[in-house]
Amino acid sequence: MKLVRMKLFRMIVISAALLGLWQLIILISGVPYYILPTPFAVLLSLRDNYEILIDHAAITFFEIIMGMIIGSIFGCVSALILISFKSARQWLLPIFIISQAIPVFALAPLLVVWLGYGLSSKIAMASLIIYFPVTASFYDGLQQTRKGWLDLAFVMRAKKNTIIQYIQIPAALPALSSGLRVAAAVAPIGAIVGEWVGSSQGLGFLMLHANARMQIDLMFAALLLLAIFAVCFYFIIDKSLRYATAWHHIH
Amino acid sequence: MSIAPTIYIEKLQIKFDEIELFNDLTFTIQSGIWTCLLGQSGVGKSTILRAIAGINDGCEHMGDISFSSHNHHVAYMGQEAYLLPWLNILENVMLGSKLRRETADKQAALKMLHQVGLDDVSSLMPAQLSGGMRQRCALARTLLENQNVILMDEPFSALDAVSRHELQMLTYELLKNKTVLLVTHDPLEALRLGKIIYVLEGRPAKVMPPIEISEAAPRMIGDKIIDHYYPILMNKLVNAERISQ
Repeated sequence: MKLVRMKLFRMIVISAALLGLWQLIILISGVPYYILPTPFAVLLSLRDNYEILIDHAAITFFEIIMGMIIGSIFGCVSALILISFKSARQWLLPIFIISQAIPVFALAPLLVVWLGYGLSSKIAMASLIIYFPVTASFYDGLQQTRKGWLDLAFVMRAKKNTIIQYIQIPAALPALSSGLRVAAAVAPIGAIVGEWVGSSQGLGFLMLHANARMQIDLMFAALLLLAIFAVCFYFIIDKSLRYATAWHHIH
Repeated sequence: MSIAPTIYIEKLQIKFDEIELFNDLTFTIQSGIWTCLLGQSGVGKSTILRAIAGINDGCEHMGDISFSSHNHHVAYMGQEAYLLPWLNILENVMLGSKLRRETADKQAALKMLHQVGLDDVSSLMPAQLSGGMRQRCALARTLLENQNVILMDEPFSALDAVSRHELQMLTYELLKNKTVLLVTHDPLEALRLGKIIYVLEGRPAKVMPPIEISEAAPRMIGDKIIDHYYPILMNKLVNAERISQ
């Protein structure tokens, strides 16, 4: 409990220091308001544009969460297919690796053409961007199951699917967790880039829109909301993963 | 329970990356007793044991390993307990039935844990146990598998002296009348537990004529029997044909 309070205390101090620094930079350099608004102006903008911001934020957050879910499911299923079937490994693994040479961002305009300006192209973008880290980390984890466990299972006359279910998947969870943490950090990027390329709603759209009208305080307010969400999202994912792999942390 | 089988190893050839570990190896592991297998590191002791267990290590295999009964199933204990860290002790003991999709006999598992002296820890996680306790858990898991052939690959070597001594006694008591093959580095361990002691030498490896001890095991350190056989066994080990690694 004391540890948690210290952590919270440190976070408040760090945030306050950053805000102070921000204000200080404005005071010293005298940058004009339309380049860098003061923290207070951003707070005011948050209050004044509360409804718009919440509407757009809800869209973006939904895209991020859906992207995370869909990308993770596809990633996990792909890794399981790769580990279960030798022919899948031989045929699909090279394709999988080559496909990563294509920058996912470059696909964004294409996704908009194929899936439209709505939510689906952004969800697809977020899913695509996290698909690789999830698949790669889970597949690695599945592959690196300790031979001693597999030998033991063999001697116990285990079935192939129970080995995957009861030994390989749990053994790969710590590795999958690292992949999911990376995914939680990059999923918001996917959604925002998707919105920049073509959309009529979402925080990314709002930021571009505000930028074009020199509403720099609104832009910062949107950015702030996005940052807060991204941090909370990462935090929740990280905590749940730690809980799910608690055995990995006792020593 | 059926009678423990004899295991016949006939003309066994094993090649591993062009290295010929065995070429025409023939020997017998007798039914219902403890057989020990000693020899220099790398001579192929574990390889024989794994071949009997049917574990595929990606080596070339020829020759014949046969059992005198129709049941070819074995139980295996390694140097490490290989407990699954995400399952508690009781679940680890019952792992076999889970992997075969059979209903687990919880009462039997608890009884095994009691036999190995682990009554109070069934809900703990493996990481919370000492090395000796983990190996006891592995023993309980082996017992629950209820096989007549037990293959053991240095199961006591990582333990401290006291735990090792205790676990040797316990294991021997609990695995009486089974066909046991114990691979070990420790001549004293072989002399305490084995009825028949084989030494492997050279490459490709051959078995030297075995030492057979008729007096009942487990024998205590300081026993005349052990004092009598220790120099004989050491002499065999010293004179065994060495392999260069």
